Amino acid sequence: MADIDKPRRSFLARMTALFAGLAALEAGWIATSFFGARRSERSLPDGNGVQIAGPVERFEVGSVTAFGEGHFYLARLDDGGFLALHRKCTHLGCTVPWNADEERFACPCHGSAFDIRGDVLSAPAVRALELFPVQIENGIVKVDTTKPIRRASFESHQVTRA
Amino acid sequence: MSLVLFLILLATGLLMIFVYEPSPERAYQSILFMQDETLFGRLVRGAHYWGANLLIAVAVLHLLRVFLTGAFHGQRRSNWLIGLGMMFLIMLSGFTGYLLPWDQISYWAITICTEMLGYVPVVGQSLQRLIIGGTDIGAATMLNFYALHTVVVPLLLIVLMTWHFWRVRLAGGVVVPRSFKNGPPVGDAYVPFQPALVQREKALALIVVAVVIVAAILFGAPLDQPANPGLSPNPAKAPWYFVGLQELLLHFHPLFAVFVIPLLAVFAIVGVSYLPLDATLSGNWFLTQKGRRLAAVAAVTSVLFITMWVLIDELVVGPGGWLPGSAPVVSDGLLPSTVLAVGVLTFYLSLKKYFAASASEAVQALFVLFAVSFAVFTVIGAWFRGAGMALMWPWQI
Repeated sequence: MADIDKPRRSFLARMTALFAGLAALEAGWIATSFFGARRSERSLPDGNGVQIAGPVERFEVGSVTAFGEGHFYLARLDDGGFLALHRKCTHLGCTVPWNADEERFACPCHGSAFDIRGDVLSAPAVRALELFPVQIENGIVKVDTTKPIRRASFESHQVTRA
Repeated sequence: MSLVLFLILLATGLLMIFVYEPSPERAYQSILFMQDETLFGRLVRGAHYWGANLLIAVAVLHLLRVFLTGAFHGQRRSNWLIGLGMMFLIMLSGFTGYLLPWDQISYWAITICTEMLGYVPVVGQSLQRLIIGGTDIGAATMLNFYALHTVVVPLLLIVLMTWHFWRVRLAGGVVVPRSFKNGPPVGDAYVPFQPALVQREKALALIVVAVVIVAAILFGAPLDQPANPGLSPNPAKAPWYFVGLQELLLHFHPLFAVFVIPLLAVFAIVGVSYLPLDATLSGNWFLTQKGRRLAAVAAVTSVLFITMWVLIDELVVGPGGWLPGSAPVVSDGLLPSTVLAVGVLTFYLSLKKYFAASASEAVQALFVLFAVSFAVFTVIGAWFRGAGMALMWPWQI
């Protein structure tokens, strides 16, 4: 009697474990879909996330223009190239204001400073300011603000030229 | 005491969720409404604020007492671990509640703390994204924090609290002091629960309630300008219980300040309960007469040493790091960390050599060394850091 029961019992136990595992997987899947859905919705602020900054001539060489809504600064380097710098300090995320007199971004929180290309001038920050991709179409500067790009330091290929 | 504070927080929190609206547009307004147009609204919010701060302080003090009376190992190990879990939840609760007013203080404090997470290798950035629900702090962050603060953390705390209290009984009550001459416990080992303990608890509960209400009336809860993501205040500081960590960030490469050092600390504080220490010493403050002396030595050493370290790092070493020219990870991270580790090892060995400390006493002295160091970092970060996080006197800030 007991011997006949054994395979059946272990079969039932295995089936229970299998279904419990499936149920747990489903629950986990549902839970992650809750977090995932919200995140992809957020990565697209107002439409496609591309902001039109304006015609190339409007930005003087060696100037920095703030775009509050897009969370970036448009810097025009001395050679006429463009960089869109994320305004968030790479140290601990404070918003860095551009100081035109000293020609540097100076973070008010912990004293990090960055030059016009976003490179670190003084610690505690260790990475250069993040970038947004810049495109120039028909003389109009456009910045894709969907996702900032991390970088260690400035390299010339990051610059978009007209 | 913690239980009373928890109940105060539960009661005031329950009242506030009927008024508060968790969205960036409405949160600040709803708090203004609570303060200005709701009867006793200011009092309830103040009591919640002071209750929360007191709870963190009381929980830390409780942890210190449990450690320094040697009640964290052997059969009490599981309760030490449950307690650490609760400590984490209390911090998380304070941290998630910090964002909810959506003013300048809370917005930038949470920005700083979540950015710290991003420095954790490999998983840091996805963890940071998960917590703030995107790249910037916004509506999703608020919803996350609101859910954690009002439902998840309190529920977990209630479960752990019940377990915690039950384990105290299982371990045969709290540790009882004994005389230093290794004799039997002072007085009777057991007294009746009612009235001996209940009476004391009642009196203490009334005092705690009174302190919280008086603090709420006198000082209220702070509310700054509404959050402005385009303008960081100067200086921007984390909540006071994380200021020590922020101070660490000024002296170490981020990888060490928010990952290596905290991870080692967690390992140490969990692992210490697995050491085979002498349980017969438990019950007295600092275990033995020598234990007291060594703890004092450790405390004085760390106060002097950390103050000097901060001053030297600020005034002599400067932003270039300890070895200018080398990679920041080495000059700001590996190098000072190694120097510190050697210092701690020297301290431990000299305890053994010159004071002939027992294992329990040496472990305790090291614990005091680290606890006081963290306290000094917190004090410096909170009271001696002004604009641009420069060192200054408290009255100059």
